[in-house]
Amino acid sequence: MSLQPIKFYQTGTFTVGNRLLAPEERSVQANMQRTNSLNSGHRACQGCGEALGARYAIDAAMNATNRQLIAANATGCLEVFSTPYPETSWQIPWIHSLFGNTAAVATGMAAALKVKGRSEVRVVAQGGDGGTTDIGFGCLSGMFERNDDVLYICYDNGGYMNTGVQRSSATPPAARTATTMAVGDAPGNVFGQGKFVPAIAMAHEIPYVATATVADLRDLEYKVTKAMGMHGARYIQILVPCPLGWGTPSSDTIRMARLAKETGVFPVFEAENGEVTAVLKIRKRLPVEEYLKPQKRYAHLFGKQPRVDTIASIQALADKNIRKYKLLEEGI
Amino acid sequence: MKKQSIPIFDQSTIPNNLCPIATEYSKMMPGDWRSMLPVVNRKKCVKCSICWLYCPVQCIIERAGWFDANLATCKGCGICAEECPHGAIEMVAEED
Repeated sequence: MSLQPIKFYQTGTFTVGNRLLAPEERSVQANMQRTNSLNSGHRACQGCGEALGARYAIDAAMNATNRQLIAANATGCLEVFSTPYPETSWQIPWIHSLFGNTAAVATGMAAALKVKGRSEVRVVAQGGDGGTTDIGFGCLSGMFERNDDVLYICYDNGGYMNTGVQRSSATPPAARTATTMAVGDAPGNVFGQGKFVPAIAMAHEIPYVATATVADLRDLEYKVTKAMGMHGARYIQILVPCPLGWGTPSSDTIRMARLAKETGVFPVFEAENGEVTAVLKIRKRLPVEEYLKPQKRYAHLFGKQPRVDTIASIQALADKNIRKYKLLEEGI
Repeated sequence: MKKQSIPIFDQSTIPNNLCPIATEYSKMMPGDWRSMLPVVNRKKCVKCSICWLYCPVQCIIERAGWFDANLATCKGCGICAEECPHGAIEMVAEED
Protein backbone atom coordinates (compact mmCIF):
# COMPACT_ATOMS: atom_id res chain seq x y z
CA MET A 1 0.00 0.00 0.00
CA SER A 2 1.58 3.18 -1.11
CA LEU A 3 1.47 6.26 1.01
CA GLN A 4 -0.44 9.25 -0.05
CA PRO A 5 0.02 12.72 1.35
CA ILE A 6 -3.06 13.73 3.30
CA LYS A 7 -4.82 16.89 2.37
CA PHE A 8 -7.03 18.41 5.00
CA TYR A 9 -8.33 21.04 2.72
CA GLN A 10 -9.14 21.38 -0.92
CA THR A 11 -6.76 23.41 -2.95
CA GLY A 12 -7.84 25.69 -5.68
CA THR A 13 -11.20 26.42 -4.13
CA PHE A 14 -12.37 29.83 -3.16
CA THR A 15 -13.02 28.82 0.41
CA VAL A 16 -10.97 28.68 3.56
CA GLY A 17 -8.65 25.95 2.29
CA ASN A 18 -6.96 28.29 -0.06
CA ARG A 19 -6.07 30.66 2.72
CA LEU A 20 -4.19 27.99 4.65
CA LEU A 21 -1.72 27.45 1.83
CA ALA A 22 1.55 29.27 1.39
CA PRO A 23 1.02 32.51 -0.54
CA GLU A 24 2.79 31.27 -3.65
CA GLU A 25 0.60 28.15 -3.82
CA ARG A 26 -2.72 29.92 -3.55
CA SER A 27 -5.01 30.13 -6.50
CA VAL A 28 -5.90 33.73 -6.04
CA GLN A 29 -9.00 35.25 -7.57
CA ALA A 30 -7.71 38.77 -7.74
CA ASN A 31 -4.88 40.92 -6.57
CA MET A 32 -5.18 41.90 -2.92
CA GLN A 33 -3.09 45.04 -3.44
CA ARG A 34 -5.82 47.04 -5.03
CA THR A 35 -5.48 50.75 -5.45
CA ASN A 36 -9.18 51.73 -5.52
CA SER A 37 -8.64 53.63 -8.74
CA LEU A 38 -12.38 54.24 -9.02
CA ASN A 39 -13.28 55.26 -5.50
CA SER A 40 -16.58 54.51 -3.81
CA GLY A 41 -19.08 57.30 -3.82
CA HIS A 42 -19.70 57.25 -7.54
CA ARG A 43 -23.24 57.39 -8.90
CA ALA A 44 -23.44 54.09 -10.75
CA CYS A 45 -26.67 52.10 -10.51
CA GLN A 46 -27.03 49.30 -8.02
CA GLY A 47 -25.19 46.27 -9.30
CA CYS A 48 -23.39 48.12 -12.11
CA GLY A 49 -21.05 45.78 -13.94
CA GLU A 50 -19.20 48.65 -15.56
CA ALA A 51 -18.14 50.15 -12.22
CA LEU A 52 -16.71 46.78 -11.23
CA GLY A 53 -14.98 46.13 -14.53
CA ALA A 54 -13.54 49.63 -14.80
CA ARG A 55 -12.12 49.54 -11.31
CA TYR A 56 -10.39 46.21 -11.85
CA ALA A 57 -9.07 47.16 -15.27
CA ILE A 58 -7.64 50.48 -14.13
CA ASP A 59 -6.35 48.97 -10.88
CA ALA A 60 -4.45 46.35 -12.81
CA ALA A 61 -3.13 48.94 -15.26
CA MET A 62 -2.01 51.17 -12.38
CA ASN A 63 -0.21 48.31 -10.70
CA ALA A 64 1.41 47.25 -13.96
CA THR A 65 2.70 50.74 -14.75
CA ASN A 66 3.77 51.72 -11.25
CA ARG A 67 0.88 54.22 -11.15
CA GLN A 68 2.22 56.24 -14.07
CA LEU A 69 -1.00 56.24 -16.04
CA ILE A 70 -3.23 58.72 -17.85
CA ALA A 71 -6.74 57.83 -18.97
CA ALA A 72 -8.90 59.29 -21.71
CA ASN A 73 -12.58 58.55 -21.27
CA ALA A 74 -15.34 58.69 -23.85
CA THR A 75 -18.72 60.10 -22.98
CA GLY A 76 -20.98 57.43 -21.60
CA CYS A 77 -22.21 55.88 -18.39
CA LEU A 78 -18.69 55.55 -17.03
CA GLU A 79 -17.90 59.22 -17.51
CA VAL A 80 -21.28 60.41 -16.24
CA PHE A 81 -21.43 58.44 -13.04
CA SER A 82 -17.80 58.92 -12.05
CA THR A 83 -17.29 62.65 -12.64
CA PRO A 84 -20.22 64.96 -11.94
CA TYR A 85 -18.85 68.50 -11.80
CA PRO A 86 -16.77 69.38 -9.77
CA GLU A 87 -16.17 66.00 -8.26
CA THR A 88 -14.31 62.93 -9.41
CA SER A 89 -14.02 59.35 -8.28
CA TRP A 90 -10.83 58.64 -10.18
CA GLN A 91 -7.41 58.51 -8.62
CA ILE A 92 -5.57 58.93 -11.90
CA PRO A 93 -5.08 61.85 -14.30
CA TRP A 94 -8.22 61.56 -16.37
CA ILE A 95 -9.44 63.46 -19.39
CA HIS A 96 -12.95 63.49 -20.77
CA SER A 97 -12.92 63.50 -24.54
CA LEU A 98 -15.86 63.84 -26.87
CA PHE A 99 -18.05 60.85 -27.58
CA GLY A 100 -16.28 59.83 -30.74
CA ASN A 101 -12.65 60.82 -30.42
CA THR A 102 -11.34 59.00 -27.36
CA ALA A 103 -8.86 56.99 -29.39
CA ALA A 104 -7.62 60.16 -31.11
CA VAL A 105 -7.22 62.01 -27.79
CA ALA A 106 -5.30 59.05 -26.36
CA THR A 107 -3.14 58.98 -29.48
CA GLY A 108 -2.34 62.65 -28.94
CA MET A 109 -1.38 62.04 -25.32
CA ALA A 110 0.85 59.14 -26.32
CA ALA A 111 2.49 61.27 -28.99
CA ALA A 112 3.05 64.14 -26.53
CA LEU A 113 4.61 61.80 -23.99
CA LYS A 114 6.84 60.39 -26.71
CA VAL A 115 8.04 63.86 -27.70
CA LYS A 116 8.68 64.81 -24.09
CA GLY A 117 10.60 61.59 -23.53
CA ARG A 118 8.32 60.41 -20.74
CA SER A 119 8.36 56.79 -21.76
CA GLU A 120 7.40 55.60 -18.25
CA VAL A 121 3.98 57.26 -18.42
CA ARG A 122 1.42 55.10 -20.21
CA VAL A 123 -1.93 55.91 -21.76
CA VAL A 124 -5.26 54.15 -21.44
CA ALA A 125 -8.39 55.01 -23.37
CA GLN A 126 -11.73 53.72 -22.23
CA GLY A 127 -15.28 53.92 -23.45
CA GLY A 128 -18.56 52.13 -23.67
CA ASP A 129 -19.66 50.03 -26.60
CA GLY A 130 -21.52 52.95 -28.20
CA GLY A 131 -18.50 55.22 -28.14
CA THR A 132 -16.30 52.39 -29.38
CA THR A 133 -18.22 50.40 -31.94
CA ASP A 134 -20.44 53.13 -33.40
CA ILE A 135 -19.39 56.71 -32.87
CA GLY A 136 -15.69 56.41 -32.21
CA PHE A 137 -14.99 53.61 -34.61
CA GLY A 138 -13.15 55.71 -37.19
CA CYS A 139 -10.71 57.10 -34.63
CA LEU A 140 -10.30 53.66 -33.10
CA SER A 141 -9.48 52.05 -36.41
CA GLY A 142 -6.99 54.84 -37.12
CA MET A 143 -5.35 54.24 -33.75
CA PHE A 144 -5.02 50.53 -34.55
CA GLU A 145 -3.67 51.20 -38.00
CA ARG A 146 -1.01 53.66 -36.77
CA ASN A 147 -0.18 51.25 -33.93
CA ASP A 148 -0.11 54.03 -31.34
CA ASP A 149 1.03 53.10 -27.85
CA VAL A 150 -2.43 53.08 -26.26
CA LEU A 151 -4.49 50.45 -24.48
CA TYR A 152 -8.13 50.87 -25.48
CA ILE A 153 -10.60 49.29 -23.05
CA CYS A 154 -14.20 48.91 -24.22
CA TYR A 155 -16.87 48.18 -21.62
CA ASP A 156 -19.50 46.34 -23.61
CA ASN A 157 -22.96 46.45 -22.06
CA GLY A 158 -24.76 46.08 -25.36
CA GLY A 159 -26.37 49.46 -25.89
CA TYR A 160 -26.57 53.12 -25.05
CA MET A 161 -27.69 52.48 -21.49
CA ASN A 162 -26.96 55.98 -20.23
CA THR A 163 -29.46 57.73 -22.50
CA GLY A 164 -32.23 55.19 -22.08
CA VAL A 165 -31.20 51.85 -23.60
CA GLN A 166 -31.00 52.52 -27.32
CA ARG A 167 -29.56 50.04 -29.77
CA SER A 168 -25.86 50.13 -30.55
CA SER A 169 -23.95 47.97 -33.00
CA ALA A 170 -22.87 45.78 -30.09
CA THR A 171 -26.47 44.98 -29.12
CA PRO A 172 -27.01 41.23 -29.53
CA PRO A 173 -29.69 39.97 -31.95
CA ALA A 174 -33.31 39.73 -30.78
CA ALA A 175 -32.68 42.00 -27.79
CA ARG A 176 -35.35 44.56 -27.06
CA THR A 177 -34.12 48.13 -26.71
CA ALA A 178 -35.86 51.50 -26.88
CA THR A 179 -35.20 51.65 -30.63
CA THR A 180 -35.74 47.96 -31.43
CA MET A 181 -39.06 47.26 -29.79
CA ALA A 182 -40.51 43.80 -29.39
CA VAL A 183 -43.18 44.18 -32.06
CA GLY A 184 -43.85 42.66 -35.45
CA ASP A 185 -42.70 39.45 -37.01
CA ALA A 186 -39.07 39.73 -35.98
CA PRO A 187 -39.21 41.46 -32.57
CA GLY A 188 -36.14 43.04 -31.08
CA ASN A 189 -32.83 43.72 -32.72
CA VAL A 190 -32.30 42.31 -36.20
CA PHE A 191 -30.16 39.25 -36.85
CA GLY A 192 -27.10 39.65 -39.01
CA GLN A 193 -26.38 43.24 -38.02
CA GLY A 194 -23.87 44.71 -35.61
CA LYS A 195 -20.21 44.00 -35.28
CA PHE A 196 -17.80 42.17 -33.04
CA VAL A 197 -15.00 44.71 -32.64
CA PRO A 198 -12.37 42.29 -31.21
CA ALA A 199 -12.44 40.43 -34.52
CA ILE A 200 -12.06 43.73 -36.42
CA ALA A 201 -9.18 44.69 -34.12
CA MET A 202 -7.55 41.33 -34.85
CA ALA A 203 -7.83 42.07 -38.55
CA HIS A 204 -5.66 45.17 -37.95
CA GLU A 205 -2.99 42.75 -36.66
CA ILE A 206 -2.30 44.88 -33.59
CA PRO A 207 -0.06 43.38 -30.87
CA TYR A 208 -2.78 42.42 -28.42
CA VAL A 209 -6.54 41.90 -28.49
CA ALA A 210 -8.48 40.30 -25.65
CA THR A 211 -12.00 39.88 -24.34
CA ALA A 212 -12.95 39.38 -20.71
CA THR A 213 -15.99 39.37 -18.45
CA VAL A 214 -16.54 40.72 -14.97
CA ALA A 215 -17.27 37.19 -13.76
CA ASP A 216 -13.61 36.21 -13.98
CA LEU A 217 -11.70 39.07 -12.44
CA ARG A 218 -8.44 37.19 -12.21
CA ASP A 219 -8.53 36.69 -15.97
CA LEU A 220 -9.40 40.36 -16.48
CA GLU A 221 -6.49 41.53 -14.33
CA TYR A 222 -4.13 39.16 -16.08
CA LYS A 223 -5.12 40.44 -19.50
CA VAL A 224 -4.80 44.11 -18.56
CA THR A 225 -1.43 43.48 -16.92
CA LYS A 226 -0.22 41.63 -19.99
CA ALA A 227 -1.47 44.39 -22.27
CA MET A 228 0.33 47.05 -20.23
CA GLY A 229 3.54 45.08 -20.59
CA MET A 230 3.37 45.49 -24.36
CA HIS A 231 3.75 48.49 -26.63
CA GLY A 232 1.67 49.47 -29.60
CA ALA A 233 -2.09 49.57 -29.99
CA ARG A 234 -3.90 47.12 -27.75
CA TYR A 235 -7.60 46.45 -27.35
CA ILE A 236 -9.58 44.78 -24.57
CA GLN A 237 -13.34 44.33 -24.62
CA ILE A 238 -14.97 43.60 -21.27
CA LEU A 239 -18.53 42.30 -21.05
CA VAL A 240 -20.26 44.29 -18.30
CA PRO A 241 -23.90 43.34 -17.65
CA CYS A 242 -26.21 46.29 -17.14
CA PRO A 243 -29.10 45.57 -14.72
CA LEU A 244 -31.10 48.48 -16.09
CA GLY A 245 -30.74 47.76 -19.78
CA TRP A 246 -30.78 43.99 -19.60
CA GLY A 247 -33.70 43.87 -17.18
CA THR A 248 -32.02 41.63 -14.65
CA PRO A 249 -32.08 41.93 -10.86
CA SER A 250 -29.12 43.95 -9.64
CA SER A 251 -27.82 40.94 -7.75
CA ASP A 252 -27.49 38.89 -10.96
CA THR A 253 -24.80 41.00 -12.64
CA ILE A 254 -21.97 38.52 -12.07
CA ARG A 255 -24.20 35.55 -12.82
CA MET A 256 -25.23 36.97 -16.19
CA ALA A 257 -21.59 37.62 -17.15
CA ARG A 258 -20.73 34.06 -16.17
CA LEU A 259 -23.67 32.65 -18.16
CA ALA A 260 -22.67 34.67 -21.22
CA LYS A 261 -19.32 32.95 -21.12
CA GLU A 262 -20.62 29.47 -20.23
CA THR A 263 -23.22 29.45 -23.02
CA GLY A 264 -20.73 30.62 -25.65
CA VAL A 265 -22.63 33.83 -26.40
CA PHE A 266 -19.55 35.86 -25.50
CA PRO A 267 -16.22 34.17 -26.37
CA VAL A 268 -13.40 34.98 -23.93
CA PHE A 269 -10.06 34.79 -25.69
CA GLU A 270 -6.84 36.65 -26.29
CA ALA A 271 -5.06 37.20 -29.57
CA GLU A 272 -1.62 38.45 -30.44
CA ASN A 273 -0.75 39.94 -33.83
CA GLY A 274 -4.06 38.83 -35.28
CA GLU A 275 -3.99 35.21 -34.15
CA VAL A 276 -5.92 33.69 -31.25
CA THR A 277 -3.39 32.46 -28.72
CA ALA A 278 -5.54 31.43 -25.76
CA VAL A 279 -9.21 30.96 -24.95
CA LEU A 280 -10.99 30.61 -21.64
CA LYS A 281 -12.67 27.20 -22.00
CA ILE A 282 -16.28 26.64 -21.07
CA ARG A 283 -16.44 24.71 -17.82
CA LYS A 284 -19.96 23.41 -18.14
CA ARG A 285 -21.80 24.05 -21.35
CA LEU A 286 -25.29 25.46 -20.94
CA PRO A 287 -28.07 26.09 -23.48
CA VAL A 288 -28.63 29.76 -24.33
CA GLU A 289 -32.09 29.69 -22.73
CA GLU A 290 -30.36 29.77 -19.35
CA TYR A 291 -28.79 33.06 -20.34
CA LEU A 292 -31.79 34.55 -22.14
CA LYS A 293 -34.56 33.71 -19.70
CA PRO A 294 -33.53 35.90 -16.72
CA GLN A 295 -33.23 38.97 -18.95
CA LYS A 296 -36.29 41.11 -19.56
CA ARG A 297 -34.88 42.32 -22.86
CA TYR A 298 -35.53 38.81 -24.19
CA ALA A 299 -38.92 38.41 -22.46
CA HIS A 300 -40.73 38.45 -25.82
CA LEU A 301 -39.03 35.16 -26.71
CA PHE A 302 -40.64 33.41 -23.76
CA GLY A 303 -44.22 34.65 -24.02
CA LYS A 304 -47.36 32.55 -24.44
CA GLN A 305 -45.96 31.25 -27.71
CA PRO A 306 -42.22 30.86 -27.21
CA ARG A 307 -40.19 31.93 -30.23
CA VAL A 308 -38.40 28.63 -30.66
CA ASP A 309 -36.99 29.65 -34.04
CA THR A 310 -35.37 32.82 -32.66
CA ILE A 311 -33.90 30.96 -29.69
CA ALA A 312 -32.52 28.35 -32.09
CA SER A 313 -30.89 31.13 -34.13
CA ILE A 314 -29.22 32.52 -31.00
CA GLN A 315 -28.11 29.00 -30.10
CA ALA A 316 -26.64 28.67 -33.58
CA LEU A 317 -24.65 31.89 -33.04
CA ALA A 318 -23.33 30.52 -29.72
CA ASP A 319 -22.43 27.22 -31.41
CA LYS A 320 -20.61 29.13 -34.09
CA ASN A 321 -18.59 30.99 -31.45
CA ILE A 322 -17.76 27.70 -29.74
CA ARG A 323 -16.58 26.15 -33.02
CA LYS A 324 -14.70 29.22 -34.17
CA TYR A 325 -12.78 29.87 -30.95
CA LYS A 326 -12.65 26.19 -29.81
CA LEU A 327 -14.26 27.06 -26.49
CA LEU A 328 -14.93 23.49 -25.42
CA GLU A 329 -12.35 21.16 -23.93
CA GLU A 330 -11.37 18.38 -26.29
CA GLY A 331 -13.57 15.34 -25.95
CA ILE A 332 -16.65 17.02 -24.48
CA MET B 1 -3.59 41.39 5.29
CA LYS B 2 -4.77 44.97 5.04
CA LYS B 3 -6.82 45.24 1.90
CA GLN B 4 -8.38 48.66 1.79
CA SER B 5 -5.71 50.96 0.52
CA ILE B 6 -5.35 54.57 1.51
CA PRO B 7 -5.85 57.13 -1.22
CA ILE B 8 -2.58 57.52 -3.07
CA PHE B 9 -3.38 61.00 -4.14
CA ASP B 10 -2.81 63.97 -1.86
CA GLN B 11 -5.24 66.76 -2.68
CA SER B 12 -3.04 69.46 -1.17
CA THR B 13 -0.48 68.87 -3.92
CA ILE B 14 -2.82 70.12 -6.65
CA PRO B 15 -1.76 73.58 -7.85
CA ASN B 16 -4.53 76.09 -7.26
CA ASN B 17 -4.17 77.83 -10.61
CA LEU B 18 -5.55 74.93 -12.61
CA CYS B 19 -8.94 74.78 -14.19
CA PRO B 20 -10.97 73.60 -11.20
CA ILE B 21 -12.77 70.75 -12.90
CA ALA B 22 -13.03 67.51 -11.01
CA THR B 23 -10.44 68.17 -8.38
CA GLU B 24 -12.63 67.16 -5.46
CA TYR B 25 -13.29 63.63 -4.46
CA SER B 26 -16.83 62.49 -4.80
CA LYS B 27 -18.26 62.85 -1.34
CA MET B 28 -21.55 61.21 -2.08
CA MET B 29 -22.60 58.49 0.31
CA PRO B 30 -25.00 56.37 -1.72
CA GLY B 31 -26.01 54.33 1.32
CA ASP B 32 -29.41 55.98 1.39
CA TRP B 33 -30.33 54.49 -2.00
CA ARG B 34 -30.64 51.13 -0.39
CA SER B 35 -33.87 49.18 0.01
CA MET B 36 -32.24 45.87 0.93
CA LEU B 37 -29.53 45.52 3.53
CA PRO B 38 -26.81 42.84 3.50
CA VAL B 39 -26.52 41.04 6.81
CA VAL B 40 -23.53 38.75 7.32
CA ASN B 41 -23.98 35.56 9.31
CA ARG B 42 -20.68 35.49 11.15
CA LYS B 43 -20.90 31.76 11.88
CA LYS B 44 -21.11 30.91 8.19
CA CYS B 45 -18.52 33.43 6.97
CA VAL B 46 -15.20 31.74 6.14
CA LYS B 47 -13.51 34.92 4.93
CA CYS B 48 -13.07 33.77 1.36
CA SER B 49 -13.40 37.42 0.28
CA ILE B 50 -15.65 36.68 -2.71
CA CYS B 51 -17.96 39.49 -1.57
CA TRP B 52 -14.99 41.82 -1.30
CA LEU B 53 -13.96 40.92 -4.83
CA TYR B 54 -17.29 41.37 -6.54
CA CYS B 55 -18.67 44.42 -4.75
CA PRO B 56 -19.00 47.12 -7.44
CA VAL B 57 -18.73 49.96 -4.93
CA GLN B 58 -16.05 48.29 -2.77
CA CYS B 59 -18.07 48.78 0.37
CA ILE B 60 -16.98 45.46 1.91
CA ILE B 61 -14.63 45.96 4.85
CA GLU B 62 -12.60 43.32 6.59
CA ARG B 63 -13.18 42.64 10.26
CA ALA B 64 -11.20 40.29 12.46
CA GLY B 65 -13.27 37.21 11.74
CA TRP B 66 -15.72 38.13 9.01
CA PHE B 67 -16.43 40.58 6.24
CA ASP B 68 -18.93 43.35 6.67
CA ALA B 69 -20.49 46.02 4.49
CA ASN B 70 -19.80 49.70 4.98
CA LEU B 71 -23.38 50.94 5.11
CA ALA B 72 -22.44 54.50 4.16
CA THR B 73 -21.55 53.43 0.61
CA CYS B 74 -23.42 50.11 0.18
CA LYS B 75 -26.12 50.50 -2.46
CA GLY B 76 -27.77 47.21 -1.56
CA CYS B 77 -27.42 45.57 -4.96
CA GLY B 78 -27.21 42.06 -3.49
CA ILE B 79 -24.28 40.80 -5.58
CA CYS B 80 -22.48 39.73 -2.39
CA ALA B 81 -25.47 37.67 -1.22
CA GLU B 82 -25.83 36.07 -4.67
CA GLU B 83 -22.15 35.21 -5.03
CA CYS B 84 -21.32 34.13 -1.46
CA PRO B 85 -20.41 30.42 -1.82
CA HIS B 86 -21.52 29.69 1.76
CA GLY B 87 -24.76 31.63 1.74
CA ALA B 88 -23.51 33.68 4.65
CA ILE B 89 -24.99 36.95 3.43
CA GLU B 90 -28.70 37.57 3.47
CA MET B 91 -30.53 40.56 2.05
CA VAL B 92 -33.16 41.87 4.45
CA ALA B 93 -35.54 44.74 3.85
CA GLU B 94 -34.37 48.07 5.16
CA GLU B 95 -36.53 49.33 8.02
CA ASP B 96 -37.28 52.98 8.12
